[in-house]
Parts: sequence; C-alpha cells; structure tokens
Amino acid sequence: MPTRFQVNGKPVSVDVEARTTLADCLRHHLRLTGTHVGCEHGVCGACTVIVDGEAVRSCLLLAAQAEGSSVVTIEGLSNDEALTPLQASFRRHHALQCGFCTPGMITTAHALLSEEPDCDADRVREVLSGNLCRCTGYIAIVEAVLDARAAYKKEDGR
Amino acid sequence: MKNAFIGSAVERREDLRFLRGRGEYVDDLSPDGLLYAVILRSPVAHGRLVSIDRGAALRIPGVHAVITAADMPHGPPIIPMRLQPLPEFKPFEQPVIADKKVRYVGEPLALVLAESVALGEDALEAIAVEIEPLPAVADWRVAQRDASLLFESAGSNRALTFNAVRGDADAAFASAPYTRRESFRTQRHFGLTMEPRGVMAEWDAAKGRLTVFGAAKVPFFNRRILAGQIGLAEDAIEMVENDVGGGFGARGEFYPEDFLIPFAAQHIGRPVKWIEDRRENLMAMNHAREAEVDVEIACARDGAILALRGHAHADMGAYMRTNGAVGARNIAQFMAGPYRIANVKLDVSLWMTNKTPVGTYRGPGRFEADFFRERLFDLVAQDLELDRVAFRRRNLIAASEMPYRIATITPYEHKDEYDSGDYQVTLDRCLEEIRWTEKAKLQGQLIDGRYHGLAIGCFIEGGAAGPKESARLAINADGTISVFMGSSAVGQGVETVFAQIAADALEIPIDRIRGAFHGSTAYVSDGYGAYHSRSVVMGGSALLDAAKKFQDALRAVAAKRLGCEGAQVTLGEDKISAPGGQSLPLSAFAGLSVEGAFLNKKHTYSYGAQAAHVAVDAKIGHVEIIDYVVVQDVGRIINPMTLRGQVIGSLVQGLGGAFLEHLVYDDEGQLLTGSLADYLLPTASDFPHLRAVVMDQHPSPINPLGAKGAGEGGLIGAGGVIANAVSNALQSFGADVRELPLTPSRIWEMAQPRRAAAE
Repeated sequence: MPTRFQVNGKPVSVDVEARTTLADCLRHHLRLTGTHVGCEHGVCGACTVIVDGEAVRSCLLLAAQAEGSSVVTIEGLSNDEALTPLQASFRRHHALQCGFCTPGMITTAHALLSEEPDCDADRVREVLSGNLCRCTGYIAIVEAVLDARAAYKKEDGR
Repeated sequence: MKNAFIGSAVERREDLRFLRGRGEYVDDLSPDGLLYAVILRSPVAHGRLVSIDRGAALRIPGVHAVITAADMPHGPPIIPMRLQPLPEFKPFEQPVIADKKVRYVGEPLALVLAESVALGEDALEAIAVEIEPLPAVADWRVAQRDASLLFESAGSNRALTFNAVRGDADAAFASAPYTRRESFRTQRHFGLTMEPRGVMAEWDAAKGRLTVFGAAKVPFFNRRILAGQIGLAEDAIEMVENDVGGGFGARGEFYPEDFLIPFAAQHIGRPVKWIEDRRENLMAMNHAREAEVDVEIACARDGAILALRGHAHADMGAYMRTNGAVGARNIAQFMAGPYRIANVKLDVSLWMTNKTPVGTYRGPGRFEADFFRERLFDLVAQDLELDRVAFRRRNLIAASEMPYRIATITPYEHKDEYDSGDYQVTLDRCLEEIRWTEKAKLQGQLIDGRYHGLAIGCFIEGGAAGPKESARLAINADGTISVFMGSSAVGQGVETVFAQIAADALEIPIDRIRGAFHGSTAYVSDGYGAYHSRSVVMGGSALLDAAKKFQDALRAVAAKRLGCEGAQVTLGEDKISAPGGQSLPLSAFAGLSVEGAFLNKKHTYSYGAQAAHVAVDAKIGHVEIIDYVVVQDVGRIINPMTLRGQVIGSLVQGLGGAFLEHLVYDDEGQLLTGSLADYLLPTASDFPHLRAVVMDQHPSPINPLGAKGAGEGGLIGAGGVIANAVSNALQSFGADVRELPLTPSRIWEMAQPRRAAAE
C-alpha cells in the first residue's frame, strides 16, 4: 500500500505491504540502516525513532500507521561536520561500546531532553529503562545524557 | 618524539560512526539479488525425525528453495570443537541440520530461501514435519539415569568427567580438624548480545570464491571449519567481519547457520542472508552456566584452608559445541580462585540433555565457581568464628608465591600457573573503598524497613589464550599508516587501543594511524580472534613485534634510497632522514607492509576484589545495591576509560546473572523464556551505584606490554558477592543462599519465618 510521510525533514513515498513495520520500512525500503532491530517485540528499544516529537518503537508501529507523520531517525540527528553535543557527550563518557543500542539511546535521550532539559538522574534512568544495553552497564549513558542537558537548555522555546 | 597514548583515556575512534548510526552490521548489507533465509526449527526436544514435506511451501510464490539434510549428498557435516577437541567428545558434536533425530527445541530442520523474510516465514507454516517423540532428558539428574539416551551409539548421556588435581586432597581430609560439605547451583543463562546473529554469503561460481559476511570472534578458525565442510580451499573463502553488536563469548563461534547460509548461497547461486530473530536467538545461541556442585572444604582451626574436594555437574545441552567444555573445565580448575589451596580434587561431569547446547559466556565457569567458593567461605568463617575478611586474607596467595601452579586438568592435561600480582593490595583497596570498617556494624541491621548486608570476595580473571596472534603495518599512499590485526572486534574498542599501541611503538602522532582494521581473513596471514580476554595482550604484543620489524624494514629500504647505512637513518613522524640532511616523505614508501606475530602458551591472570553493600526489602524481595566496588589490577592499563567500561559492563552482566537472567525449561524440554519479556536483563534503573577502581601495579612478566586480559573481571565475582550480601542482610531469618538467581520471590521466601519451626 502506498504510504507517504516525512523522514528527517524530507517527504517520502513508499509502497509497502500492510504488515511491514516502520522499522523494516526505514531499513529496507529507505536504506536508513542506523535504526537497529533488536527484538521485534517492543522490549529492547534499539529501533526507537522520533515520530511527531515522541520516542516510539519502530518495530511496534506499522509503516502504514506513519502516514502523514514526521519521523526523525539517528541519521536525522547527525551531521557530517561534527558530533552533536549529545553525541559528543556519549563519546566523552564512554557511553557506548558495540554501538548497536546507541541509535535508540540517542533518539530516546534527544526526545527526553527536548521536552525536559531540566530532568534529573532518576528521570533519565526511568526513561532509558526502556532501552536495553548489554555492554556499558548504563551508568555512563545516564551520565552522558545528564551532561548534555546544558546544550538543550540553550535552545530557547524547546 | 616520546608518546604516552598507552595509559591515556583516548576517546574512541569507533564512536564517530556508531553515534551517527553509520556502523555497518551484517543486516545492513543488501546486495542485488539477495534472498532471505528463514529457518524451521524443531518444536520438540527429543524425537525421531520421520519426514519433512516441503511441497506446499515450495508452491508459495516468492519461495525459491527449501533445504533439508536430504540436500546434502554425504549427509550433514559435523561441527568440530575448537577448544578441548578431545576424542571423547566426538560422538556428541552437532550436525549442521537435524538428520534422523532432533535433540533440542530450536534445532534446525529446514532452511527456506525466499524473496523476503515475511514470505519465508509464511513458508515455514506450510512445511509439514513429522517427528516421533522420545522421552525428553530435561536436566542432568534425568540424564544420569541413562534411561533415555540422546546418542544411542555413545551408550551414555555423560560425555566426559574432567578431574582437577593438586596435591593429595583425600589425605588432607583424613586428618583435618574441620570440614564442611555443601551444595550450590547456578542457573542456565547466556551471553545475549543486543545484535542477534547474522550471516550473509555470496558465491562467485565463475571464480569459485565464497565470501561470508557477519564473521566475528574467530573468523580464521571458522574459515578452516567451513572450508573442510564445503570442500573449498581456505583461500577460496573470505570471511568479512562487519561491526559486531556484542560478543560475550557467544557470538562468533561456528554455529549451524555458519554452514547453512554459505551452502544455500552456493546451492541457489544468489546471495543469501539470514538474520536471527530474538526468539530464535534465545533458543539457538549458546546457553551457559547451568551447574551444580557438591563441594567439601577442610580447614585448620586457625582458618588455613587445607583442601577442597567435590563433584560438579554441568548441563551441556544437546551437543558438544565448539567451546562447550570450557565452562565445565573452568569450574573444576578455578574453584580455588586466588586462594592458596595446596590440595584440590574436583571432578566435573558433563551431561547431555535435550536443551540448547552450551558454550562460553564471559567469565565461563568462573562466575559459577566464584559463587560456590565465596558462599562456602562465608559459611566456613561463621563456623570457625573467624572474621570473613581475615579468613580470606589468611588464604590469599602471596606475591612471593608467584608464579603459582594451580590444579591440573585431565584428560586435557592442561597445566597452568598464575603469572604475577599482589592480591592483598586489591583486597585492602576494596575494603577502603567500600568503607568496610565503618559499615560492618550495619550487617543484618533493619534500618527504615530494609535489612542491610555487606559482602566481599576476591577473584582472578584468566586471559591471553595462545598460541599466536598476527599484526601487520602498512604505509598508505598519503603517508599514513594502517594497522591490520588478526584480533576481532566485538564492541570492546580495539580500533582505538591498537591505534594507541601502534602510535606509541612507532613514536608518531595517533592521527597518523589511519585505522586499525581487524577480523577479516584478508588482512593478515593468520589470526586467532577475540576470546579469553586475549585481544590486548596477544594482538597488542604482536603489534609491538610488527612495529619493530616495520621500522627495521623501513630503515633498510630508506638507507638504500638515501645512500647511507640503516643505522644512520632517522625515522620521523612523516619523513625519513639521512645524516646529510636529505630526506624522503613517508609517502615515498607507500606499499611497504610488514607483518609481526606474538607466540605465547602462558596465560595472564588479572585479579582483584569486589564488595557490595545492599539493602533488602523483605516484604517484596527487592534488593537495592547501595554501593558496589570492583578493584582490579590488570598489569598495564592501555586505556583507563575503556577498561572501566569493561569492568562496569561486565559487572552489570554479572548482576543480571545474580538477580534476573534465567533460561527456564519445563520437563518436556520446552523453553519457557522465549522473549525479552520473559528473559529479564538489567535495565538503566536497576543498578545505578557501581564503581570500578583500576590499577596496574604488577605488570605481567609473560608479554612485552605487561598487560593482562581484563574484559571479564566484574562479572566473575558478582554472584558470590551478591549471594553473601543478601544472606548477611537476612541473617536474622536464617537466610542461606544456595542457588541463583535471587529473584524477588526467592528472597521473599527466605525472609519468611522458618516454616518447619512454625508448623
């Protein structure tokens, strides 16, 4: 079925089966492979993308359900020139090892900090508890997100 | 210039692509003409395979083939063991696809090749399989009755019994003033990786070349296996390592799919990709850790340990996989840990059961053995009315006793010794960090509705498995240098630490190292990969050798071109100079490529202590870790940041094993934990208060870097420390942890008034 939505600010039009998930659509139809699939049942959070400002699991959403919405993936939160403040904070705190869960962590943290740049450690842990990481033990990830708050506070109006 | 990249917290090179979503994992590859493989797996734990009818599946449009054992003219190849390949294990090795019999839920029966994964999964439902069920052997107690045999021709469900021996334990027991005998149990869990496994294979019929993507951990060894199975020369196969989303011992061993996917690509003449889904992953990737021990300790009244003896039972699952014996062997060989125990006699029997086969999981056998030993030690200290710290301190191996010979394993005849260290120092530091003296009074106290408990334990971590590793240095056209390694990356940051080591060895700025390329079989002549915490020690030492040979070669060719002697040449950052002042840029030597190697049969042993302070809510069985400290001496620190990452990351995996992770089977051999909603992993909110203290006071004497393997230590001690801390917290209830995991219901039960007394 033909489906139209926006990905990282650009309009896209895809023809997908009704059963195609948004994750598979992004990865296989649009070749945006930064979104990773870790469980396909909504537990691990690796496939998290931002849909109309909300962090959602793209394995639990059908591509057809994204019709008309605005989707942001890890590619949309990255640029060639430099790491963003959130990405740089992850690197500085060694908040990633194998990198598989990382795109989901970044999208989840970005959605959180965009809404709540003053969140405390407990809130960060609560929100990130929906994203599994098997390498880091999470402590560095929480520190990285807390340390990136300043960059989001500067963006007035967010 | 003199560099000091080694020892510095250099930020990781890998991060620049991972943070942007530009890592390239095997599922990110989609060549033209790709077909997707989907695997039909046995729904029955034990049975005779009567028939597989693929007719209806083949009639589905978009389904190209259904492959079964019948398509393999000489029968399905067998996967040989990589480590401890003893003849006794031969009858229990796994065929790449079930043939005549099925032995575990999840065993491959057929492979569907289709235009999409979804079509392939549709086809799975159209395949009719007839299996005549046999009685399932669901655990080692059933296995030892030998009433139902997994392998009739072997005549027994017991594959082997390892013996670990040092001194004369029976004699020591005969005259010992104090003995205690206990039994303990660890549960089946495993090195779940966030990226499920995957393989993509391309067959070039014209050139007779096979390319296999998704290789990990031990690509060279796996190429050797595949070459033998598929009938190609090794150099006709290229194994390509992509980014790998976690290893932990489980990812990268040779699994059935590592034959089936290349075979399918050859069979159909198109690229074929298979990506494991999570349900498959839970039943197909190597399981680990399921063991039980009946162990006895003998001590003098002053607390000196005289002897340790006993018998452990390890549940191997249905087949002996490539490294399946390691965990069981380690339980016997390392039960004594960092302690001076002159007399040891420990046996471990390996039992075949109708469950997923086992392999290693980070800290194999060591997590189990440390739980058994440290829990036993707390009980003994209590009996002997000795302080638990003083008891451990009294028995720790002293620095003056190094190298220290440990129990010898037969039939493998593996002799081993601890290389170096001062174990007391890490114990002292750990006591200081956790503020033991001050907190000791909290032991068992009820404060604001929660019971507090403290525990401490000591551990060692083996590393640096031989026999060899290779490294190569090459000059690029722009004068930068590329590093090629036989080591593999599983997320641990080797591209960064190898760049650090290379820059220091060559005395050049680190940004002149273009990259550290690893894992693929095209890079070096031979490689041994990433297991047994060996990459830094073996790969790093090979890199030092390569750097020396590289500099010698560069001097020799430069001397000729500059018209002077090799010894007169000065190697600069980006140019080579002769005494007369003439010089050539490094780029003038582009193409120069020199390989080095490191050979080593000894192991490194990093070591340390860990301590926990917990608070237990007896009403709901919840445990909060208020503070947890791991102190580890690793000989020489290459990158303190990534090292701490290894310690904390492995500790959280250990806490997962202590509290949460459990692969549960029923009596019919059905896996009951087939999703991440059932198989629980630690999350960000579970254990926020953990600390790592890393030291490098005692370099290893057996390698030029002085480094020791250090990727597993946090995990190794976690089960024992947590079991003791929770037992101590709940001492007023007579709690005595004998079994993991410590789920809320198990803790709640321990905190109930003794039922026998009440009734």
